[in-house]
Amino acid sequence: MGMTMSQKILAAHAGLDSVKAGQLINAKLDMVLANDITAPVAIKEFRKAGATCVACHDKIALVMDHFTPNKDIKAAMQCKIVREFADEQKVDNFFDVGKMGIEHALLPEQGLVGAGDLVIGADSHTCTYGALGAFSTGVGSTDMAAGMMTQTAWFKVPAAISFVLKNKPAKYVTGKDLILHIIGKIGVDGALYRSMEFSGEGVKYLSMDDRFTVCNMAIEAGAKNGIFPVDDITREYMKDRFQRTPVEYTADEDAVYEKVIEIDLSELKPTVSFPHLPENTKTQEEWDDRKIDQVVIGSCTNGHISDLRQAAEVLKGRKVAKHMRCIIIPATQTIYLQAIHEGLVDIFVEAGAIVSTPTCGPCLGGHMGILAENERCVSTTNRNFVGRMGHITSEIYLASPYVAAASAVAGKIATPDML
Amino acid sequence: MKVQGTVFKYGNDVDTDVIIPARYLNTTSEQELASHCMEDIDKDFVKNVKSGDIMVACDNFGCGSSREHAPIAIKASGISLVIANSFARIFYRNSINIGLPILECPQAVENISAGDIVSCDLSKGVIVNQTTGKSFQAEPFPPFIQEIIDDGGLMKHIEKSLKQ
Repeated sequence: MGMTMSQKILAAHAGLDSVKAGQLINAKLDMVLANDITAPVAIKEFRKAGATCVACHDKIALVMDHFTPNKDIKAAMQCKIVREFADEQKVDNFFDVGKMGIEHALLPEQGLVGAGDLVIGADSHTCTYGALGAFSTGVGSTDMAAGMMTQTAWFKVPAAISFVLKNKPAKYVTGKDLILHIIGKIGVDGALYRSMEFSGEGVKYLSMDDRFTVCNMAIEAGAKNGIFPVDDITREYMKDRFQRTPVEYTADEDAVYEKVIEIDLSELKPTVSFPHLPENTKTQEEWDDRKIDQVVIGSCTNGHISDLRQAAEVLKGRKVAKHMRCIIIPATQTIYLQAIHEGLVDIFVEAGAIVSTPTCGPCLGGHMGILAENERCVSTTNRNFVGRMGHITSEIYLASPYVAAASAVAGKIATPDML
Repeated sequence: MKVQGTVFKYGNDVDTDVIIPARYLNTTSEQELASHCMEDIDKDFVKNVKSGDIMVACDNFGCGSSREHAPIAIKASGISLVIANSFARIFYRNSINIGLPILECPQAVENISAGDIVSCDLSKGVIVNQTTGKSFQAEPFPPFIQEIIDDGGLMKHIEKSLKQ
């Protein structure tokens, strides 16, 4: 029986010739990751188990991105715990303010993850690295602690849903619109416990950043992982960047999929998820004139350079609407610098937006853009749950950078065409 | 192990942001996390929950973030068991790892209302609604998982296997 791409990576890391859906395996990990919220719990568990030394100090990444720059004393204490642990255990891939970026943009950029890898991270959006042809999935802090102690983890081999992409997306249709469309179609538990495997000739029209966005939100459909095949776009991205040797896996011709879903990219439209679930998707004809108070462009989902370029394309020579706050957050220091060099930051500031240092901040209601009672935010982030960005009566509308930027100008949900 | 308590019932897609809002994630204190458990969808939960009580929900319980603070907050609030139609996978894994008993049993969910008294023999997966007298059989854990639970969670399980 053939294996999916995800199953092949799991089999290889478990030292097995083949695996099948439902099988329990123990596998070697290429990288384990945690952030300033999840690492302190993992460190507590690590100590509780009586562990004194991590298994592979160079296969651990600790990124201080959620409540940083420290939003309050408690957040500062959390980072202090992680900083001291990183020092003690010689974890070189410790990213503090000044070096840090949002973890899921940072790790690929720094070449710490790449094709063929098996990665776990104590953050649900760890599934992002599937864009590079890796198997990566989010876990909790105890799994992270176990990963640091043994550099292995147990997995139940997932079944898979195949998404076959064809044709070229229209102007202003991005990876974000594709993944929101899929979640709208299959629901927030439509891929529960499963792999989402993307393939088809349409893949070549998706940039690396588009693919990161798509895999990033696989978790919002309940998936264990999302994964793209490796092609020239992936190879070009990893070149001179990936610190190890990439291994390319391809799904077998006779791989078993529970379902095959074909998606014609040319038929997709700019898509927005209305409150309070990512599956509540609506396209332009279903939008209305409800007033928007804030726009956030950034996060592990859409804080890449191409996301900022798209926002700049819309905001250039325009102004953010009256009574609108527009917050733009480059995902990493490198992207931040690039945005400065390309003149994007000038465009944003001249339009009346603010540009922040990298942080997850507003996405999870941490800091840097909390919503008041009944406020509405169009955001390029990944979740629009009740109270996610602030007050429990506030509302989040998930969208692409094009739609978010256009909405910042229009004061209501809009596409660039509508300006 | 047997548990018994009063039921708190919720609907579909209860996410980790409502189980424990991110604004409280600047601590790892179990009691502090428990004091805010469920507050964005049920502000009376913390006030009314007693040790041993049972949480029942519909589909996809615990969807969203990987924060282990979510099952920790539920467990520390006194909840002895969560029964749902289905669980989001990271939440499922985290619950096992920290020793919060969870069972998937759509039949029980359908036949249990808020305020009912429910008991459960966790090792056998038999759920009894004491209020109505109906009983339900949940799928027991596979042996691999049962072993982790029997060892007292993943950390103790690893500790044991490292010694062997």
